[in-house]
Amino acid sequence: MIIGLDVGGTHIDAVLLRGGHVLEVVKIPYNPSTILEGICEVINKLTQKRDLSRIERVNLSTTISTNAVLEGRTSPVGMILESGPGVDPSFVACGKENFFLDGYIDHRGHEVAPFREALVHEASRRFKEKGISAVGVVTKFSVRNPSHEIRVKELLDGDFYPVTMGHALSGKLNFPRRVFTAYLNSAVYERFTSFASAIRRAFEDMGIKAPINVLKADGGTMSLKQAISLPVHTILSGPAASVMGCCILSPASEDAVIMDVGGTTTDISFLAGGVPLLEKQGIRIGAYPTLVRAIFSFSIALGGDSAVKVADGRVVIGPRREGPPAALGGPEPTPSDAMIVKGLLDFGSRERAYLAMKELGFVLKMEPEVVAEIILEKMGDMIKNAVDGLLMELNSRPVYTVRELLYGKRIEPREVRIIGGPAKALAPVIERKLKIPCVVPDNYQAANAIGAALSRTTAEITLIADTARGYITVPELGIRQKIDGSFTLKRARSMALKLVEERAAILGASPEDIEAEIIEESCFNMVRGFYTVGKNIRVKAQVKPGLTGYGGEGREIDAEGRK
Amino acid sequence: MLKAVNKLGLVFFPAFDWAISPTHPEREERLLYTLDQVQEEGVADIEGVRFYNPSVAEKKDIERVHFCVPDISSLVTESHMVSAGGAITAARAVMEGEVRKAFAVVRPPGHHAHRVIYGDRGFCIINVEAVMLEYVRRTYGPRRVVIVDTDCHHGDGTQDIYWNDRDTLFISIHQDGRTLYPGTGFPEEFGGPGAFGYTINIPLPPQTGEEGFLYVIENLVLPIIKDYSPDLIVNSAGQDNHYTDPITNMNFTAQGYAKMTQRLNPDIAVLEGGYSIEGALPYVNLGIILALAGLDYSHVKEPDYDPEKIRQPDWIAEYLKRLCEEIYRRWVSKEDAAKKMFEGKDRVVRKKRIYYDTIAVMEEQEETIKVCPACSGLITIKSECDLGYSILAVTIPRDACARCIDEGHRAYRTADPGDYSGIYLQDKVNDEYCAKI
Repeated sequence: MIIGLDVGGTHIDAVLLRGGHVLEVVKIPYNPSTILEGICEVINKLTQKRDLSRIERVNLSTTISTNAVLEGRTSPVGMILESGPGVDPSFVACGKENFFLDGYIDHRGHEVAPFREALVHEASRRFKEKGISAVGVVTKFSVRNPSHEIRVKELLDGDFYPVTMGHALSGKLNFPRRVFTAYLNSAVYERFTSFASAIRRAFEDMGIKAPINVLKADGGTMSLKQAISLPVHTILSGPAASVMGCCILSPASEDAVIMDVGGTTTDISFLAGGVPLLEKQGIRIGAYPTLVRAIFSFSIALGGDSAVKVADGRVVIGPRREGPPAALGGPEPTPSDAMIVKGLLDFGSRERAYLAMKELGFVLKMEPEVVAEIILEKMGDMIKNAVDGLLMELNSRPVYTVRELLYGKRIEPREVRIIGGPAKALAPVIERKLKIPCVVPDNYQAANAIGAALSRTTAEITLIADTARGYITVPELGIRQKIDGSFTLKRARSMALKLVEERAAILGASPEDIEAEIIEESCFNMVRGFYTVGKNIRVKAQVKPGLTGYGGEGREIDAEGRK
Repeated sequence: MLKAVNKLGLVFFPAFDWAISPTHPEREERLLYTLDQVQEEGVADIEGVRFYNPSVAEKKDIERVHFCVPDISSLVTESHMVSAGGAITAARAVMEGEVRKAFAVVRPPGHHAHRVIYGDRGFCIINVEAVMLEYVRRTYGPRRVVIVDTDCHHGDGTQDIYWNDRDTLFISIHQDGRTLYPGTGFPEEFGGPGAFGYTINIPLPPQTGEEGFLYVIENLVLPIIKDYSPDLIVNSAGQDNHYTDPITNMNFTAQGYAKMTQRLNPDIAVLEGGYSIEGALPYVNLGIILALAGLDYSHVKEPDYDPEKIRQPDWIAEYLKRLCEEIYRRWVSKEDAAKKMFEGKDRVVRKKRIYYDTIAVMEEQEETIKVCPACSGLITIKSECDLGYSILAVTIPRDACARCIDEGHRAYRTADPGDYSGIYLQDKVNDEYCAKI
């Protein structure tokens, strides 16, 4: 049996699966300040009367780190930064204390100037004075040569915990984002760690000995043990869980749109050839753009509970939620009320919903049914416009070769997957507006928990070989080693695949799930004067988001297990 | 987070799959480290900086500027259409008001491409800025435009195209032609009879540094631009004046480029040359981007930057002072000088030898410009080259009078195909192009 948990903002969703079948689905409201109790309650409800020793794993998507950041309940962090020449770096000083070193590593990973070690000692003293324990160390171009970050950590000599080094979090170039990512990682470390140990204890107390995995924002998992040193990657994993759930409940092999319509927002994601599309750089968390690999997800302020008003003789939906739908005694008419009036949804008081439409109809001089119809149409138009805008943006992501510019793949969705409360009511409207089939998967209410349960471990690494300088660098693994001049793209490829497989295994992947692939590669001749002096080889490899070990294909999740 | 003072559009297209040849300076690797630097600095996250993919220029866009011999498809690759399209994309973003300024970091460059083209010269086939500018004029209406070419090499192609166009003031600042390719660009080259004085050449001695460049900008270029009062300023932003450039001899710096950009304050900048791909381009491009966006660039310095080592020799300041005075004197008295030179003439003939260094071809050209009291005058070009072509090309300028239009069409119609390998007509009034090949 597998347990999947998605701890959201207000509710915890949970599923118990066996052999690809849904045995139990539970959804409970919880109080974020007593998250652990909530999780235990859910597990009790899921597993009552069942043998807990038969649970194979628990996969968990949690908002613990997200909430810590958004609510400002993070640890103070001391940042040691090295920016070298370039953009004025003062804006990246996000720590409680920030020290800038005076060394510099250039774009090829060449050490232009060492830093003065006395500066690190000074920083160390200051951090201790201020009672700071968490530290972030980020140097410019550390993904090309992590030696300065590593040296700073050595100099700190175990006096601080954690010490997050920028290069370990992502292989992508972007110094400000690397700084913010390292900062957040150290800032949420303490909260995440105490949560992790509490949950492990609680599970032991319940008699669950299965491995615990945590969902990442890219739709993959890592073991709780690994997550402790990389808690930043657990941030905003909720939308990823839903997207993965959709892929399981209703697999697509083509480009597709995935919509999760909630109370206040609609989250839009995309599949490219059936695989979730990722953010180009990384997700934004509060005020911080980061390098956290994440499934692309865009939220529009439109949901079943959005307040509907009339302005200048026209229907306006959202952007605010003023309370629950009128049918449940809420203050304003909502799209949910419109759906109830149309007979597409059935909850609360139909009478109150009707009155809410009538109220709007009075202003608009229309029948309540017509108003309800207009609201649905309008909602469809708003979603269509958002999808069109996002596609335009995604299809004009920068490319760097003539071939990609002229013949590159574009995302052209052939179908829509829609989940969330109003999914069934909206599907026909969306289908008509977007002019492609719109599917509501079975069990869609539990998509997020199912997604969490069945996601597999993901990993990504970046390998840069500079044969002129004779170095190979794999920042995510802290590798920087010598190579000889005969190193080739072919060798880089096989080395990258092997390393990403090892990485996935460390993060908790089971061997049968590790499908490594090369996602980017390039090889430049380096010419100085009129002679070729070497090659600059760049390879990215990943284990992409996918599904794992439940004894069958996702399609089987229906029939018997359906509630 | 950083926020740009000026909204800036960036068309950053390094064309990682295109090279003239594997070891040529114009090769795949050229903008590799620049892109690394721009990405590492997080430029894409600066609020108000927007990246654009280039569009692809169309045949029509090329025909407004060039006579390609024998035809466009024989000479122009997709990469050239993308480079020109990138400049058009940058201009469009500015003209549509999406951004205040734009920078097209594209390759291959274009400023050595003349009106007539037989192939690659100085790494250029299509004059990217000219194609962009004529697109702007055709789409958004006439504009008075200044092109300031700050590449280290004389912008001889742009000069050739706008030689007789007083709506386009062309100013080229470059290493003295006696010491560098293409060997032209002297103050005496001052424009045709319809636009005498609207081509300005400022040859700088080798080893001119920050001090000299900024002196010329402030004391000559900016006053001339102020006098001209243009609608649009375009910068052909070559970066080979840098002290580390392998094929030139100047002492300019990333700080200098940023300061120069801030002072010139161009609406649109287009990358031209610059071949110090590790030591200069990452820093110079970053400096230009920040200066255009109105952001602090004072921390942008080359790792080996040492102002003392690259100070210009003392004599250069005095030399430039005299040079600037002399050129400014010519600029203010251009109308009188034009009268003296062209009064009583009905046509002006220029004989040119144009060498295509990349393909080792010599062109012999005779350009005849009619001295017309009603317009800038019909241009007729007879040209032949080692490749065996011998052509007649007629350009009816944008401001042409009815008589010059008629005369142009007649010249095209009546020319005997037996006398030439090709006869071409570019009618810029009606936006038409025809060829008899």
